[in-house]
Amino acid sequence: MRHSAPVPHARRAVAGGPPVEVRDLVKRYKAVTAVDGINFRLERGSVTALLGGNGAGKTTTIAMLLGLLVPTSGEVRIFGARMPEQRGLVAWRLNFESPYLDMPQRLTVRQNLTVYARLYGVADVAGRIVRLAEALQIEALLERPNGKLSAGQKTRVSLAKALLNAPELLLLDEPTASLDPETADWLRRTLQDYASQRGATILFASHNMMEVERLSDRVILLEAGHIIEDAAPRALIRKYGRKTLEDVFIDVARRGREQADAANA
Amino acid sequence: MQRMRKPARKGPSIHHVELLPPWGLRASARRIAAMILRYTYLIRSSWTRWIELAYWPLVQMLMWGFLQKHLAANSSLFAQAAGLLIGSVLLWDILFRGKLGFSVSFLEEMWSRNIGQLMLSPLRSHEFLMALSTMSLIRLSVGVLPVIVMARVLFGFDLFSLGLPLGAFFANLILTSWALALVTSGIILRFGLGAEELAWTFGFVLLPLCCVYYPLEVLPTWLRPISLALPPTHVFEGMRAILIEGVYRPDLMWRALGLNLVFLTVGFFAFRAFLRSARINGSLSQLGE
Repeated sequence: MRHSAPVPHARRAVAGGPPVEVRDLVKRYKAVTAVDGINFRLERGSVTALLGGNGAGKTTTIAMLLGLLVPTSGEVRIFGARMPEQRGLVAWRLNFESPYLDMPQRLTVRQNLTVYARLYGVADVAGRIVRLAEALQIEALLERPNGKLSAGQKTRVSLAKALLNAPELLLLDEPTASLDPETADWLRRTLQDYASQRGATILFASHNMMEVERLSDRVILLEAGHIIEDAAPRALIRKYGRKTLEDVFIDVARRGREQADAANA
Repeated sequence: MQRMRKPARKGPSIHHVELLPPWGLRASARRIAAMILRYTYLIRSSWTRWIELAYWPLVQMLMWGFLQKHLAANSSLFAQAAGLLIGSVLLWDILFRGKLGFSVSFLEEMWSRNIGQLMLSPLRSHEFLMALSTMSLIRLSVGVLPVIVMARVLFGFDLFSLGLPLGAFFANLILTSWALALVTSGIILRFGLGAEELAWTFGFVLLPLCCVYYPLEVLPTWLRPISLALPPTHVFEGMRAILIEGVYRPDLMWRALGLNLVFLTVGFFAFRAFLRSARINGSLSQLGE
């Protein structure tokens, strides 16, 4: 990423940290503890999957990384900047894609991308949109309103928005949810390609074990707000003596249920 | 179903991009302009939004204009002070439409579930508020200017005949409208679209209290201190002083301005507090299924 002006010294001070650093992170909503004292750090260029059942704390963790949610205690640092207080120092270096967040329905795809490209400070807005549209195969959709797109088309447009600033840190929440197998496969290849070519750090939440095995070089397994496993997919499969990550996930989920039942008995 | 091609290994690179510096006044101005562009695209895309902007101001002006005409023929006060009611309607519309212009632009983000995307982008909350304020002025111009022209054509009342004091009236009313809109937008941000009704109705609380159509003396004595604590009361009193007595009262405008600074400060900090509360409560981060 190039800048036409030097980075002021004060800002450079927080620019050198690791892409993600999470320390003793807790999020409580009244009586419910969604995230319970987790710690992890992501290195540059890594692709990490955040795995867990419904309510495990994946989305809550991502929201805290993005600065959309204030932790109850603990700390999130993105490239050294404390979130959400110092969000403005690093917001231009990250981006996010989720099928659960929308863009304005009445605006065309090109209009939406133009607005976000300007918000992220893209120098050549029109050229960037053309390049992304070609790479993500959305050229034919550019003049269509966002509200008239299918789920698969919306996902590709949403990914184009997430790549507008060529983020060094890309966060994704269930990137292939509601996609047909072919489009999902295409999306995974696009993400792999982006991570390797850009050297970007990717963190994604998913329920899809095949996707996790294929995309990630590290898996953080969450259960009831705790990290219960943090290892490479192959290492986890070996540790549990199973054939696939899906089997590991089922084992872990079953064990968790049994422990909860025992605690309630 | 469209077949997906393999991701291109060659061809245009999407992995690198030139970004402009994200800090400084120019970057802020660029982000504010991006938001204004977003709302302009939206208004351009829908003819119903154009009509909505001018519909109510026009209906109100017609109704009060005809009433004014009738009263002028039967009452010495209205015969002497032509335009008293129409002037009140037009100034009230500046206040009400100014607030609505801000709140509706904000609501557009809530309706389209776009607020989370904006809050994780480099857009700062004060830049967002400045874009909303600018949109309030743009929407107000589009909605009220044609009505001001029609008031002159149909009823012979020229709002611009108020002269320079009109600038003071306008500035004070628009500042009050932004203060009110900051509070209602903050509440909607924190409590969600269930509180949307506030955006439409909150301004009406002021209608009886800030003496839009009648002088302060009409209110019961115990209610007057409350009325005097509202900036628009001084604006409407000032307008009546010009139209009835032919006197401009700068003291009233200064009082209104002082009160507006207090109102705006409270509004800004209330919005910040609601935004912080939304970040704690999770209203901003409805990302998951």
